[in-house]
Amino acid sequence: MRPRHGATLRGLRRQEELTAWLFVAPVALGILIWQVYPVLYSLYVSFTAWNFVSAPRWTGLQNYTQLFASDQFFSAALRNSAVYAVGTVVPTVVLGVLFAVILNSRIRGRAIYRTLYFLPNVTPIVSIAIVWAWMYDSNFGILNFLLKLIGIAGPRWLGSSDWAMTSLIIMDVWHGLGFSIILLLAGLQSIGAEYYEAATIDGADAFEQFWHVTLPLLSPMTFLVLILALINAFQVFDSPYVLTQGGPANATLTLVLYLYNQGFADLHMGLASAVAYCLFVIILVLTGLSFYLQKLWVFYEEGQ
Amino acid sequence: MSQVKDRFLGSGASRPILLRVGARKLLTRGVLHLVLIGILVVMVFPFYWLLATSLKASGQLFLYPPRIIPNPLDFRNYSDLFSLVPMGTFLFNSFKIASFLVIGVCLSSSLAAFAFARMRFRGSKALFALLLATLMIPGQVTIIPTFLIMHVLGLIDNDAALIVPGWFGTPFAVFLLRQYYRTIPSDLMDSAKIDGSGFLRIYWSIFLPLGMPALATVAVFTFLWSWNGLFGPLIFLNSVRNMTVTLGLTFLFGRNGSMGVGWGIIMAGALLGVVPMVVLFLFAQKYFVQGLAKTGLKG
Repeated sequence: MRPRHGATLRGLRRQEELTAWLFVAPVALGILIWQVYPVLYSLYVSFTAWNFVSAPRWTGLQNYTQLFASDQFFSAALRNSAVYAVGTVVPTVVLGVLFAVILNSRIRGRAIYRTLYFLPNVTPIVSIAIVWAWMYDSNFGILNFLLKLIGIAGPRWLGSSDWAMTSLIIMDVWHGLGFSIILLLAGLQSIGAEYYEAATIDGADAFEQFWHVTLPLLSPMTFLVLILALINAFQVFDSPYVLTQGGPANATLTLVLYLYNQGFADLHMGLASAVAYCLFVIILVLTGLSFYLQKLWVFYEEGQ
Repeated sequence: MSQVKDRFLGSGASRPILLRVGARKLLTRGVLHLVLIGILVVMVFPFYWLLATSLKASGQLFLYPPRIIPNPLDFRNYSDLFSLVPMGTFLFNSFKIASFLVIGVCLSSSLAAFAFARMRFRGSKALFALLLATLMIPGQVTIIPTFLIMHVLGLIDNDAALIVPGWFGTPFAVFLLRQYYRTIPSDLMDSAKIDGSGFLRIYWSIFLPLGMPALATVAVFTFLWSWNGLFGPLIFLNSVRNMTVTLGLTFLFGRNGSMGVGWGIIMAGALLGVVPMVVLFLFAQKYFVQGLAKTGLKG
């Protein structure tokens, strides 16, 4: 392309550069205002005592030492979040793969099944929690009624410190499963038919095909689903906030719920920021660890 | 085709075997459908129970065994709900916030995505890398400083606090749109340049319309996340007249839910929170699936 009269190529370049910066200006400013500044400022706040009214007062590592040395609520929150993460991630991945494989078979009504499996995922947790709370009701809930039909005396679900976390996990797996299924289905559909043809010629039966063809070739998508589920699990807030408020006896107090209570109920902004940074580090470390461990089980096709 | 014919007409010798294979296939099919329907019941039943409970008179809630189909249908929970809380206002607020957010996110993100995808400027790679890095930051880490900013701007208890950040674009939207814009052939842009069109015009008349599928994905997800969100409204909104559906329901549930008197009413509210998203999903389903399959990202 030749430059127009009076405009040198360099002039055009300059103009393009200026225009481009104008176009990205809102986003660039947004990154600074809503991401970079807050991340740095909350790091600073995590080393202070700050009640939001008076100025932050520097206290060094005190918030962190308090969290790890003497704060029984924080250790409960850490433990609960870990239990919640394992409890949601494992079924989300395992059931996700299983259901996606079943759904991937050539079967009538596949689109309808897929749509309805995904449905919970698009609806607000608040509404979902309300109906599950009613289903979990130990006296009049439908769950304990069904359990009784098969001769089991149902637990007190949300009212019991032994069962409350399990109740949250069941509900959230139900809510999030469709998301994993959609991703894994996309992964399954990108596996070339030639692999299955070759396996059939080699005399592999359906299970062998699943084990030696489907699972390895699906593993990159399984890995993505695992990472996303893990990150989401540590950020859980809505379901414990609505269903249990962290109770009974702190059995469902998760990290973000504790952060919220400290920061926005008690105005301990410094401690809350320290909790936020612990959360950040946990997520980064677990993500990093997953990437490091993926070479043990994730299989990438050549050229990918 | 000939295989199909064989199966049904088959030559005499092979018919029994083929029939057996056919029967086995039919059996696996049947088992498959049973499994799929079983899962389906689990996935859909809570929605049915939400609807059914919202249509039961309070006397019917505590029957044993539970009544699966409400009889008679009772709509009083809905009228009670609207007289108990300003549910119409909640719905309006949620719609308003989500809509303004969608407009802002789409405009800012698509403009930046166009620049990242098709324009040359110094710092573009570094800025894009920074943008991707911010995808790693959990929202809880930035919430306290963000609260401070909103406080300084005087936007606490104002729905603008939930909208304004979106007008600076979101990393997710920029990323998704940029990926899509890179697939639009560059000769379209070159010929527009030769015709003397400026970049703004090229963006507006080529990339924005051709990128509609990706933009629709962004719009649909932004609306959904805004509508479903609780953390933001809980932190930034206080007064009842400013509440969103999710916040209003949480507020109502905390007051009435556990006492047992309000189950029918609270179900009516919860259903009204669900219905708009179900409708959106059913109409815009392909954008959900497309967006998820292409990027595997979630906010």
